[in-house]
Amino acid sequence: MNCAVDLHMHSCLSPCGDELMTPNNLSKMSVLKGLDLIALTDHNTARQLPATAKVCGELGLGLLPGMEITTREEVHLLAYFRTVEEALDFSDFLYPHLPPIPNRPDYFGHQWIMDEEDEIVEEEEKLLISAVDLSIDSLAKEIIGRGGLAIPAHINRGSNSILSALGFIPPFTKFSGLEIARSFPCPPDPSIGKYKHLHSSDAHRLEDILEREEFLPLAAPTPEAFFAYMLS
Amino acid sequence: MTIQQFIDLTNAKLVTPEVPTDREISCGYTCDLLSWVMAHGAADMAWITVQTHMNVVAVAALMDMAAVIAPEGITFEAEVIEKAQEEGIALLECGETAYSLCGKMIAAGVPAD
Repeated sequence: MNCAVDLHMHSCLSPCGDELMTPNNLSKMSVLKGLDLIALTDHNTARQLPATAKVCGELGLGLLPGMEITTREEVHLLAYFRTVEEALDFSDFLYPHLPPIPNRPDYFGHQWIMDEEDEIVEEEEKLLISAVDLSIDSLAKEIIGRGGLAIPAHINRGSNSILSALGFIPPFTKFSGLEIARSFPCPPDPSIGKYKHLHSSDAHRLEDILEREEFLPLAAPTPEAFFAYMLS
Repeated sequence: MTIQQFIDLTNAKLVTPEVPTDREISCGYTCDLLSWVMAHGAADMAWITVQTHMNVVAVAALMDMAAVIAPEGITFEAEVIEKAQEEGIALLECGETAYSLCGKMIAAGVPAD
């Protein structure tokens, strides 16, 4: 079946994510927009996934557990996992690699971790958009080694993209696919053609979540089917 | 200024001993966005950057640069050093900041372009 997907969005745990991007709001808005499978990809953390998975489960909406990592080179790298537990394990692995810079909620916004009722259970104090002290090559290896998928985000954007920071796709690094931002032209890098491409919203606000615009040929709107497609 | 004279001036450590240090440096540069460097680099340039990814060597080789300098105590990984030796590009590690290194190069008469 062709599944309507949006596989890159941020909750209110990301400092730049709108405060209305709660687990319930982003899941229910995705249902209203007619999506079949979404991924929540907060900056350098998976800790909003447990509540979001519960809400999506009740709604019958597919949830692909994800994160958006800022590498040492200041490249944004998407990591997808089959289960919330795998994503949380990776999130715990990553946390000590984030520098101990406190968030400034007045400047960056709050970093709220919520439960499935959208009640705030914790405010993350370490700034989540900093770069971790690990290279993109070692992160891709770590993610794939844990059974996940490593996908450079919005490669054609002017900031925090692999093409701006590193000039071209490193030929000797193994990635699982590439995300091409929908709003910018894709540069003619010859290495782009050998990967599967994803086109997502990178929504930080409810209104920016995609409608039924991007489709993937998945057997079902599930992480397993997405993995089967990406690895085929 | 040759690479050796740069080393003497800054106490930088040459981590590619197989690359000759008598090569002349034509100009100095500092930037950490490789896409930008690919558009603005030049032959025989000495490039200061905090990036140490393998692509740094590829960009330096593409532009036929003389040397890449990692400031502030940043170190290169073994496979990056190996590739730079193959490409004949000198890699230098230095404790000073990019700002300080640029100041010394300009004071010694190395042009900006």
